[in-house]
Amino acid sequence: MSSAPVYNFAYLDEQTKRMIRRAILKAIAVPGYQVPFASREMPMPYGWGTGGVQLTASILGAGDVLKVIDQGADDTTNAVSIRKFFEKTAGVETTSLTGDATIIQTRHRIPEEPLTADQILVYQVPIPEPLRFLEPRETETRQMHALQDYGLMHVKLYEDISRHGHIATTYAYPVKVEARYVMDPSPIPKFDNPKMDMCSALQLFGAGREQRIYALPPYTQVTSLDFEDHPFERTKFEKPCGLCGATGVYLDEIVTDDQGGRLFVCSDTDYCEGRRGHETDGGVL
Amino acid sequence: MTDAPLIQANGLTRYYGAHIGCLDVDLEVHEGEVLAIVGESGSGKSTLLSLLSTQLPPTRGEVSYRTRDGVSRDLLSLPEAERRFLFRTDWGFVHQDARAGLRMGVSAGGNVGERLMAVGWRHYGRIRDEATDWLARVEIKAERIDDSPKTFSGGMRQRLQIAKNMVTRPRLVFMDEPTGGLDVSVQARLLDLIRGLVSDYGLAAIVVTHDLAVARLLSHRIMVMRNGRVIETGLTDQVLDDPQEAYTQLLVSSILQS
Ligand SMILES: Nc1ncnc2c1ncn2[C@@H]1O[C@H](COP(=O)(O)OP(=O)(O)OP(=O)(O)O)[C@@H](O)[C@H]1O
Ligand SMILES: [Mg+2]
Repeated sequence: MSSAPVYNFAYLDEQTKRMIRRAILKAIAVPGYQVPFASREMPMPYGWGTGGVQLTASILGAGDVLKVIDQGADDTTNAVSIRKFFEKTAGVETTSLTGDATIIQTRHRIPEEPLTADQILVYQVPIPEPLRFLEPRETETRQMHALQDYGLMHVKLYEDISRHGHIATTYAYPVKVEARYVMDPSPIPKFDNPKMDMCSALQLFGAGREQRIYALPPYTQVTSLDFEDHPFERTKFEKPCGLCGATGVYLDEIVTDDQGGRLFVCSDTDYCEGRRGHETDGGVL
Repeated sequence: MTDAPLIQANGLTRYYGAHIGCLDVDLEVHEGEVLAIVGESGSGKSTLLSLLSTQLPPTRGEVSYRTRDGVSRDLLSLPEAERRFLFRTDWGFVHQDARAGLRMGVSAGGNVGERLMAVGWRHYGRIRDEATDWLARVEIKAERIDDSPKTFSGGMRQRLQIAKNMVTRPRLVFMDEPTGGLDVSVQARLLDLIRGLVSDYGLAAIVVTHDLAVARLLSHRIMVMRNGRVIETGLTDQVLDDPQEAYTQLLVSSILQS
């Protein structure tokens, strides 16, 4: 591979990384506030997590150990290609073990194993603006954030209840950060929302196409929006994981055979395999 | 009621480029008083209403409003947060086209509840009760609370828009042709409703209309506009029964003829 192109460490040039780090610092200083940044073309399409990839590239050091998950699994195409991308461009060690990772880039889930103060969780965000579906005008949403003019968020929840009898939003469930900014937590299940609250790890959110970075510094108060008489409720599963028997974790339904057999299993494959006590290969079963 | 006007404008002027939108308008509206602004198309009625409600910045002139604490405040220098607060608590704005004042993708109940949620109501049941109550007051059946305004008739939409505005008990409501585009019988019912609300809640209102019958029915005082200027003003009955300006005489007679 001597003819392979020579990349800067982690692909992005140092100028760009510094620009992104400045945006990250600003985001950390104002938790939940969306900081604009000049998103760069990455050698992968938008929707593949280019925002998260740029964040990871900017904070990655040679000694870091990287884990990449998509829907809780390490072996999906998206997760594998991002992991390979950094193996190739940064030569960093990668892992599927949550406990071994120093940086975890994620789409759709927060690992079940509690994160620690020496870890950073990087989210890939498709649409950073929680008010977008209610108010399409960017100038207006910016004003609304500035003035904490958030009544519309509750109109959305009101509509949910009037239509379904309960708050039916289960993904990208809006939160309030330190009683100030309303934030879209990216399309994680609302089950994961409480994990963001007072989390020991730094959490960074990157939206590539929308050119926004936002952050939750360690030990930030994160509250899910709700009504007094319809409080936020974490999704509950009736049965434990069909493979490892774990309870209080997020389960995915999988089809086990062509007879229509179904099983509810941990969506966090590393967690499930760890409990079953064998080396993880990132596989689902 | 105190003697100080609720809203007051001095020398309110707006140019669109070199073109006059409205010129040197002075006015006062007191608590509980209804002022009609009449004039032909293009005379500057909507422009004036937008200036008074601070939705449009004037080229020059002043507007002040007496907030609930009794202090008259210069609206043009009011911080944006306070201006918004005023807009969704103490003021209402009824558009001719209900679609401009409603969220068409949100249920009737959600539309009425929006202001309550914006000022911090966080109890679904209480928001819903209040919305139900207001729907009843504008003669919309409680069973329509979860329906989209898209399924409402023009008259119902207009009544919903009024409920949405009234839920925070505003002291001043701006209306731009509130009965425009509606059938005559629907208009009559809506006018009755507005009259009732004005007297029940001691509302002040500034109503733009080109329909002198609407002005006659709703307003205490009237302002006649032409080419952006106020040409005649006074008590509604006096102005309509005994117009002084030739132009007003023409307006009055043309309405009698039609
Ligand atoms: N955005 C604008 N840009 C340029 N000129 C405008 C604009 N809005 C209004 N005007 C002009 O200003 C004048 C006053 O318009 P305005 O809409 O206030 O009249 P109006 O009395 O409300 O009329 P109508 O009864 O048709 O609603 C008109 O000559 C109009 O053409
Ligand atoms: Mg008009």
